Amino acid sequence: MSAATGITVNGKPAQVEEGSTLVGLAETLGLPDRGVAVALDGEIVPRSQWAVTLITEGSAVEVVSIAAGG
Amino acid sequence: MEHRYPPLVVAGHQFASRLITGTGAMTSLAMLRESLIASGTSLTTVAIRRFDPRASVGLFDLLHELKLEVLPNTAGCYSAREAVTTARLAAEALGTKLVKVEVIADDTSLLPDPIETLRATEELADAGFSVMAYLSDDPILARHAEAAGAAAVMPLGSPIGSGLGILNPYNIQLIAETSHVPVILDAGVGTASDAALAMELGCAGVLVASAVNRAEDPPAMAAAIAGAVEAGYLAHGAGRIPRRAQAVASSPSEGLAELL
Repeated sequence: MSAATGITVNGKPAQVEEGSTLVGLAETLGLPDRGVAVALDGEIVPRSQWAVTLITEGSAVEVVSIAAGG
Repeated sequence: MEHRYPPLVVAGHQFASRLITGTGAMTSLAMLRESLIASGTSLTTVAIRRFDPRASVGLFDLLHELKLEVLPNTAGCYSAREAVTTARLAAEALGTKLVKVEVIADDTSLLPDPIETLRATEELADAGFSVMAYLSDDPILARHAEAAGAAAVMPLGSPIGSGLGILNPYNIQLIAETSHVPVILDAGVGTASDAALAMELGCAGVLVASAVNRAEDPPAMAAAIAGAVEAGYLAHGAGRIPRRAQAVASSPSEGLAELL
């Protein structure tokens, strides 16, 4: 079993397998194919880069989408 | 839906309806759906928030089903920096460079912060965004927003959710007359006549959220306001009579029968 990497997702503690990319996290979270954006440690990561973006220990991931308002 | 006016054009984007709707203050997704349909709107504004599987996906699917263009907004931002990041996240999530920049000064007045709004407008416009800037009803500020690159200016009629209508019609008219970009009245509409007045004053469109979503019968109010936007547009083009302090007879005095 591979080691777990501790991160936060939208401010809540979460764990992913060591060496996970944003694509793996998106699958774990069940993110839809469109309508969401991800920022990793404050930097927006385009969906096209998710597969090559590694999540490291302590990473803060923000996942946003639309909501009623404004 | 047919409209008795030409489309609204913002930075090359065409919208058949001049009524922009907000999704805030809605009671349920089903009610929002009915109201959006009744409004005949082409463009609906949404906030950007942390992903919530139920809420986000339901709203996204609804807007897609109704084939509505989505106008992400930066509601909840108190600084230019937050607004710029929010706009970039929205662009990534939705694939649109259209954004309503809304930077409020505090959470009680909910009034837009003019300085931060201008900063965000300039930075986003420079980055290729089509910025629709939510502003106070200040003609000079509207001029600055346009100079900063705003694709549309959105002066408030009165504070968000107040339903007080247009408190300074002279300023709104002045903004409409002097702007070279579309002027959309945003915030403060309480009922249909407020939307009609905005259009009569020369606005290119109206944005409503609370007026519809908090009405007793939201779809009925949406339909009423859609009609008012049309009526106001037509009245503006028709040229109203000047206001006078005294009566002006509309019937000829010649040819009166002598009855006594």
